[in-house]
Amino acid sequence: MERFGSVISFREWQSQLKAALDPDRKEVTICGGTGCVAFGSPDVQKAFQEELEVSGLTEKVSVKRTGCHGFCEKGPVVIIRPEKVFYPNVKGKDVTEIIAETVLKGEAVDRLAYVDPGSDRKIFLDNEVPFYAKQQRSVFRLNGVLDPLDLKDYVARDGYAAATKALADMSPEQIIDEVREAGLRGRGGAGFPTGVKWGFCRKAPGDEKYLICNADEGDPGAFMDRSLLEGTPHAILEGMLIGAYAIGASHGAIYVRAEYPMAVRHTQIALQQAREAGLLGENILGTGFEFDVVIYKGAGAFVCGEETALIASLEGQRGMPRPRPPFPATNGYSGKPTNINNVETLANIPLIILKGKDWYKAIGTEGSKGTKIFALAGKVNNTGLVEVPMGATLRHIVEDVGGGVPEGRSFKAAQMGGPSGGCVPAKYLDLPIDYDSLQQVGAIMGSGGLIVLDDSTCVVNLARFFTDFVQKESCGKCTPCRVGTRRMLEILTRITEGEGQEGDIEKLEKLGEMIKCTSLCGLGQTGPNPVLSTIRYFRNEYEAHINENACPAGVCKALISYRILEEECEGCGACLRACPAEAITGGKREIHVIDQNKCIQCGICMEHCNFEGVIVE
Amino acid sequence: MSENGYLTIDEHKVVPAPGATIFEVARDSGIDIPHLCYDPELCLPSSSSCRLCLVEVDGAKAPVASCSHPAAPGMVIHTQTEELVEMRRMLLDLLLSDHKMDCLTCEKSGGCALQEHAYELGVEEPQLKGERVTCEPVRDGPSIIFDRAKCILCARCVDVCHDVEVTGAIDFVGRGFETSIGLPPGVSRKDSVCTECGNCIDVCPTEAMSAAPSEGQGRSWDTEKVSTICPYCGCGCKINLNIRKNQIVEVTGEPGLGISNGLLCVKGRFGIEFVNHKDRLKQPLIRRNGELETASWDEALSLVADRLSQIKEQSGPDAIAGLASAKCTNEENYVMQKFMRAVVGTNNVDHCARLCHASTVAGLARAFGSGAMTNAIDDFEKTDAIFVIGSNTTECHPIIGGAIKRAVHHRNVPMIVADPRAIELTRIAELHLQHRSGTDVALINGLMHVILKEGLEDKDFIAGRTEGFEELRKTVEPYTPDVASKITRVPADDIVRAARIFASAPAGSIVYSMGITQHTTGTNNVLSLANLSMLTGNVGKPGAGVNPLRGQNNVQGACDLGALPNVYTGYQRVDDEEVQAKFEAAWGVPLSPELGLTVVEMLNAAADRKVKAMYIMGENPMLSDPDVTHVEVGLRALDFLVVQDIFLSETGQLADVVLPAQSFAEKDGSFTNTERRVQLLQEAIKPPGEARVDWEIFCEIADRMGHEMSYPNSSAIMDEMATVTPIYGGMSFERLRDDTLQWPCPDRDHPGTPYLHKDKFTRGLGKFHPVEFMPTHELPDDDYPFVLTTGRILEHFHTGTMTRRSQVLDGIVPEGEIETHPSDAEKLGLGDGEAVKVSSRRGQIQIAAKVTERVAPGTVFLAFHYWEAPANRLTVAALDPIAKIPVYKVCAVNLEKA
Repeated sequence: MERFGSVISFREWQSQLKAALDPDRKEVTICGGTGCVAFGSPDVQKAFQEELEVSGLTEKVSVKRTGCHGFCEKGPVVIIRPEKVFYPNVKGKDVTEIIAETVLKGEAVDRLAYVDPGSDRKIFLDNEVPFYAKQQRSVFRLNGVLDPLDLKDYVARDGYAAATKALADMSPEQIIDEVREAGLRGRGGAGFPTGVKWGFCRKAPGDEKYLICNADEGDPGAFMDRSLLEGTPHAILEGMLIGAYAIGASHGAIYVRAEYPMAVRHTQIALQQAREAGLLGENILGTGFEFDVVIYKGAGAFVCGEETALIASLEGQRGMPRPRPPFPATNGYSGKPTNINNVETLANIPLIILKGKDWYKAIGTEGSKGTKIFALAGKVNNTGLVEVPMGATLRHIVEDVGGGVPEGRSFKAAQMGGPSGGCVPAKYLDLPIDYDSLQQVGAIMGSGGLIVLDDSTCVVNLARFFTDFVQKESCGKCTPCRVGTRRMLEILTRITEGEGQEGDIEKLEKLGEMIKCTSLCGLGQTGPNPVLSTIRYFRNEYEAHINENACPAGVCKALISYRILEEECEGCGACLRACPAEAITGGKREIHVIDQNKCIQCGICMEHCNFEGVIVE
Repeated sequence: MSENGYLTIDEHKVVPAPGATIFEVARDSGIDIPHLCYDPELCLPSSSSCRLCLVEVDGAKAPVASCSHPAAPGMVIHTQTEELVEMRRMLLDLLLSDHKMDCLTCEKSGGCALQEHAYELGVEEPQLKGERVTCEPVRDGPSIIFDRAKCILCARCVDVCHDVEVTGAIDFVGRGFETSIGLPPGVSRKDSVCTECGNCIDVCPTEAMSAAPSEGQGRSWDTEKVSTICPYCGCGCKINLNIRKNQIVEVTGEPGLGISNGLLCVKGRFGIEFVNHKDRLKQPLIRRNGELETASWDEALSLVADRLSQIKEQSGPDAIAGLASAKCTNEENYVMQKFMRAVVGTNNVDHCARLCHASTVAGLARAFGSGAMTNAIDDFEKTDAIFVIGSNTTECHPIIGGAIKRAVHHRNVPMIVADPRAIELTRIAELHLQHRSGTDVALINGLMHVILKEGLEDKDFIAGRTEGFEELRKTVEPYTPDVASKITRVPADDIVRAARIFASAPAGSIVYSMGITQHTTGTNNVLSLANLSMLTGNVGKPGAGVNPLRGQNNVQGACDLGALPNVYTGYQRVDDEEVQAKFEAAWGVPLSPELGLTVVEMLNAAADRKVKAMYIMGENPMLSDPDVTHVEVGLRALDFLVVQDIFLSETGQLADVVLPAQSFAEKDGSFTNTERRVQLLQEAIKPPGEARVDWEIFCEIADRMGHEMSYPNSSAIMDEMATVTPIYGGMSFERLRDDTLQWPCPDRDHPGTPYLHKDKFTRGLGKFHPVEFMPTHELPDDDYPFVLTTGRILEHFHTGTMTRRSQVLDGIVPEGEIETHPSDAEKLGLGDGEAVKVSSRRGQIQIAAKVTERVAPGTVFLAFHYWEAPANRLTVAALDPIAKIPVYKVCAVNLEKA
């Protein structure tokens, strides 16, 4: 790799690469994200390569491993270009047929088609799959397109054009103004305006400044940061480079979970490439600016996503938050001015610089600009990573992109923002989602976790689950978070076990508010949200647990019993054979009965009954 | 923002000091804000974890932690709203819900901050009852008990361990509700870096951290606290003795107390058990028919007076010699030397300073005119570079070691450590120069060569404040880095780097101790350091200086008060006629102008029958002096030996009369610490049996010898000292009760002197004394191929009479070890912990081997605390020709697997 000594020489190279891009080239792109790899995409890739070799087609058709497409549940995902034929769940044995039919003849293989769960319609083209078609992918636009390990591929698609523009044509102040006026807010959770944050760090006195990329993605179920680092590592480095130039930092670090080996490896390779090309290190592209980045692997503590805990961890201390002020902008890593941005935030930066603030702020709502990636999960047909403009409604995400709630059940609520977020009930399905609207309804954007709940979900149990997570992940430092969340968990556990007491709800509310108000860091300050928001919208369910000893959703084992309906039972013995507790008796062709003393409320009998003869009470 | 800089806090209008926190503003306004994790006296940033100190600030989204939140003009702060009080109650409720509620039997009851707050806020019984962390207290060592069931995880212990002690032995472990404090997972107490200083105990607001030996010994209202000065090393820390029924049940520090700011080391905290030990001498003993038997004071005193008078008459006053004591007070040492000079009539008085810093006194007096630590301990907060040579500071002067570590840790001060061993400080040093024992002069000359070659010397200082520079330049000329490297075995590049680091610091501090002084070239070593310091202009300003660390609580004072054979008090020479006349007038007797004998010379003279009687106060030459076999010959040859001590030491066992003395805890008086700071002791308990204070004993004997000597109290002795001792001229108990004073303090209005030689050296101009490297006295050879170097360890002190009577200290390190490099151990077929025979030309001992890379190959290290394996049976009594200090740091030995 040539080290580019000037912006001009780099731009020349970029033009050459762009000119060499052939939009009509036949290309098999295979998702190489962690999800698809787990489903066996490396084998599929190998099969394609071997098959093409055998057929002598390697010159004509290329095979490319890309980053995550976001539709992980359908992995391994394969797209045949230039037609953009989309095949989900591809196996090695499908490869011959795909090559023969689609690659060579341009015809679709019917049996491999994607079937839309909403309409049962077969769909062949990538951009017609509702999951993709209903999204607006800008940050994620290159993720299924690029070879993450090929700098040229990125550069050919305007990669580092924003960075060269920033370094060559803009002053640090101009960049900060541009980002501030674009209205970008931190995607890590709190939504602090990024340009303002940069401004603080720029103004902080000190020659030695740090820019840290927070890739300590800890919310259960959220993986957009991982996918971005895996799929477009250079975009993150480019965002960091622009940010570092803007604030005057010459040291950068990426704090990434050690559980993300592929993200770590891809980032390492990208770093090396960027250094070799003169895009990192001393005298970047001959501008005199110096910036380099190290990777630090975190040990997986949820709290280390909090800025001050992350800094402590980087310093080699135990990852525990510190009081703010002083803020990292003046007093961060090793006491030096430090700016921390989340991966997704940084991925937005090249777009803003390249396309301009006006383009950017045209997307989104009054107070929240640009797009947001959500990790859609739970009781919804299509799960995966979803990028939509700020202000998209919950309905759009759940129904249009997500294909609705399966099995004819109804949407009950969405848990937004992970364990720090809150439950948004069905009545807000048409609420335009942004930082402020979510705050108003008692949730938060968080890092973009979005778990869909249907009517079979018990919100008390759900709140208990998240509270359990928070109290386990509490660093143990401050009293309200360490002891308070445990006490909340104990009360919730009691309620779900049918031992709720009069006054428990009020206790939870009081304790929850107190923990939010008094905790040292964001973990405690948001930890009670799942409980408080479920009480706010589903207080009656809590009351039912406590006052009526009943779990309306039929989930809490201590509060439910299974019964065999005499009128439906055919005496087939399916339930009796399946019951792990041997709680069911009844002879052949006789009505079966559940012994409630032996029953463990596992629900297996209900699943096995052929006649819908088992009910929950 | 308020235009006039005020903020409002409750009903007060205050202008906040820049950088002040809301808590500090509140405290200055007389407002108490409850707090548990924050300890204002610790001077550390708060962890803000207990959240009790939350206050409301108008306009803020949520309450803020006052302990860490900066106060700003224009703020409107409320500290006691109903909502805040309710919040604090709930926080306490939560803390108590996870707390072992055994206040009725808890050791900390009455002194517990949690209890106090619960009382104030009226939280009787936790409303939010739930599971508690239940686990048994951790008792994994003899000193500290940790009880998680009483821990509120305030982090004070962790902070003090990490940021004050800079040890970092403990931290938070685990997560969530079960979070605890402990050693890193998988590390046992024995392998831990914990020094057992126990400062975590003092800062703990509850009973989570407690002192194991004090369990069941009474609670805060049962004990009386008496502040006095620690009897161990020269740091001079203030300690609180907690007394119950005339027993010291616990020793505590407290933030803000004394020179150490309340920090203690393991000896200061756990080594005071000796005071109440059953072995204390309670009655005088007289040797009858070869056995020591109890006697009355009158009988013993008369016997001593008669025998001394008799010997003086028969053999002359110079046939009597006395050893004063660096453990005794200034007043006692003054009276002792006065007794020897005025009553006996000889200058044969010396003490253990001869064995530790005689070369400092001699060397620095020659170079600067005054032989003491030039700067103060808190100067490490101002220094820009530290050069530690021949001082294992963290073990031998733990509190100063801590100050050095803080300078490195908090301010990134570069530190160069020159030591033949890889001592603890080398871990955080910028550079470790592992020179061969006894090659200090070559190393320092090498450093000076580089400084001069590169033009890094302080030319103005040299021109304006010193003399003899040209000679120095010529002498160090040949000591190129390569030459110095060949002699010292330190890589030449490191010598160059070290020279640059030290010379380019605006204020560089040199710290040294026995690794410099205890050599046949001890005085030369000291002169070399003085040269280096002057060359770089590092004398006479804050943060700089030549800083010898004195080893005993009052070795500085014993020297200052004339317990030396060549000087009266305040280093006034006995052979100076004017001085002699002054003291003759003051004491009303004719005095001898003849220089007296030094420690080793006395014992040699005893063996030669020139000295016939010795009076030893509080010293134990049978273990502490070099070549103890020869010491024993000398002591046994005496016609009469008096030993005055608190225990029957190895030396006492040879005495004709043993007189029981009082320990530091039983008397008043003053000690002078290593930085020349004079501090008062306080009587805390009654002495055991008939033990008497040392100065009174001398007065009694003097009377019986026909020389009236009496004082109503120690304060009166200090008043007399002040009249004859210019550097102590302005001192009195009255002044010292409220304050401490660093000498010189010539008159009653003088504030004392934090650093010496400002603007002018004591001798006028500082004098360079060029010195050439000379090989040490005894080098290894085929018969004795190893270099033995001796010293102390953290947990024990001197001859062990005090520390080995502490269950904690002797529990941690019950026996001695000889540090041996793994490559040597392999050659000898020696495993860690295996017994080894160590022999020198003087004698032989057997001891366990400690295989460690702390020592260089070919070098072994022994501590001299153990009577079972006395290091000084091996050492050689070769002396520095000027200071007469023995060469404890180098002798040749052989090792054989036992």
